Amino acid sequence: MITILGVSTQALFGQLLIGLINGSFYALLSLGLALIFGLLNIINFAHGALYMMGAFCAYFLLTKAGIGYWGALVIAPLLVGIFGSAIERLMISRLYQLDHIYGLLLTFGIALVVEGLFRIEYGSTGMSYPVPASLAGGDNLGFMFLPRYRAWVIVGSLAVCLGTWFLIEKTRLGSYLRAATENPDLVRAFGINVPLMITMTYGFGVGLAAFCGVMAAPIYQVSPQMGSELIIVVFAVVVIGGMGSIMGAILTGFLLGLVEGLTKVFYPEAANTVIFILMAIVLMIRPAGLFGTQK
Amino acid sequence: MIPAPDRIFYAPASSVEIRHQGVAFIFMVAVFAIAPFVVYPLFPMKVMCFALFACAFNLLLGYGGLMSFGHAMFLGTAGYTSAHAAKVWGVPPEVALLLGTSAAALLGLVVGAIAIRRQGIYFAMITLAFAQMMYFFYLQTPFTYGEDGIQTVPRGHLFGLVDLSVPMAVYFVVLLIFIGGFLIIYRVIHSPFGQVLKTIRENEVRAISLGYDTNRYKLLAFVLSASLAGLAGATKMLVFGLASLTDVHLAMSAEVVLMTLLGGLGTIFGPVVGALIIVAMENYFAQFGPWVTVAQGSIFIGCVLAFRRGVVGEIAHRLKMSL
Repeated sequence: MITILGVSTQALFGQLLIGLINGSFYALLSLGLALIFGLLNIINFAHGALYMMGAFCAYFLLTKAGIGYWGALVIAPLLVGIFGSAIERLMISRLYQLDHIYGLLLTFGIALVVEGLFRIEYGSTGMSYPVPASLAGGDNLGFMFLPRYRAWVIVGSLAVCLGTWFLIEKTRLGSYLRAATENPDLVRAFGINVPLMITMTYGFGVGLAAFCGVMAAPIYQVSPQMGSELIIVVFAVVVIGGMGSIMGAILTGFLLGLVEGLTKVFYPEAANTVIFILMAIVLMIRPAGLFGTQK
Repeated sequence: MIPAPDRIFYAPASSVEIRHQGVAFIFMVAVFAIAPFVVYPLFPMKVMCFALFACAFNLLLGYGGLMSFGHAMFLGTAGYTSAHAAKVWGVPPEVALLLGTSAAALLGLVVGAIAIRRQGIYFAMITLAFAQMMYFFYLQTPFTYGEDGIQTVPRGHLFGLVDLSVPMAVYFVVLLIFIGGFLIIYRVIHSPFGQVLKTIRENEVRAISLGYDTNRYKLLAFVLSASLAGLAGATKMLVFGLASLTDVHLAMSAEVVLMTLLGGLGTIFGPVVGALIIVAMENYFAQFGPWVTVAQGSIFIGCVLAFRRGVVGEIAHRLKMSL
């Protein structure tokens, strides 16, 4: 067995893989948060609950309607996206004139209600979701064993992240979005329906969270509280990255996933807290975050 | 930055305001003094602990405009510190309270110094992240006994004289601590320092241009709020003889926000009323389990969308008073 600094390569690469997978989730979630924050100026505390809803959607589609993983990967984000758009129209849109903190409190309330309702119905125990047959098994790479599903999560998330980046930075629709982020009134004066764009953006952001939830379903247990702990870490990721740039959110997500994985190998006691400690350090050196700009 | 829905400036308090607030204060003290003879004393004691906690939080948010989403870390840190001191080191209760409060103040100094580097929504996220870090710390460190918490902490004799195992003795000690904390906060709000704090809330840039070092004011407000939250936590530990992970959890941080919001942000008596309602709800509806969470979430949504003044804020608005 080959060892590096007293750690077997098997364990090292295993943890790095888990780190990359968590990093994919951080990236997908913080990307959605950054998009929503850019246009709506609110921090979406319901993001974790909507991620959980995505995973539950996949579970229901499988058990109630017999629709498998690949179907769920498309349908769940759509359903949750529609649900999110409805929330934005009915509730969040009333708060744009107020302090941003009210948006945080409102979405936190929504998260509590959604999680509470799921807990009433399904308790706190998790339900398992099978790995799709087409991605079962794994390959031995010589230095480590790579389960195919986990490889797919990393590749799939990366593709969705880069696709979103392309959509926003390189297309006409994205240019409207960036313009509306800079100056919504001016963009409206050009005849573009900004309120609709805001609703669609919120829907898209939470759709990403639901997509992430479906991805996570076969790896973690599907349970009502799966989103609430994760969202706090993602907030720290967002603070570290700064919410200024899309690519920043993606890179920070993957990077911090890897850092967390490495910490698990070399100093497991700090694995839960390393991201928060990094956040404190980044705030002291670069208060605006790694990719952010202080306004 | 955080607007009290009606911009009411409290100070310098006019004689009419002082009279209104004086009457309300005497009414509040009377209610808490009579309460143990009417209901089971543990309930009003719990309300007072949370009321002090919420008042401390309100000092920061309602007057300083700083939204902390991690205030449970101060409540819990003081709880664990005082519990450890009282049980393991065997110090008398007044020393345990002092140690707990100091630990919270120290933590407030460290977290505050980092968190005030960002404003608004970031400030909320940073305090939240620090609170989560403290939660993991208390979960892993051995002296807190993990999921069990530090249990059966002896109440001891206050100043070697008052036997706190006598229910009425501990009740009136808690009442005194609560009133003391409440009056400190009242005094701070109406002091020149409080005025500057409100200026920063309304317009930080202008405060800077007037020559105020706003970061120092914000940090002091944060440390004050953390210390008083710590005092609440240590007192709560004294009452229940218990310090557990519940007190450092995110749910606790959210609860204090809810109490303040429901009672009335930036009002003097609002947090007390909010604490009373929320603690009552939890006490009497505890058997409904997750429904309490749903109810709390619904109150959050309702308050933000339709009831931003809160109970006391609404009453004060109707009566055209400041309470």
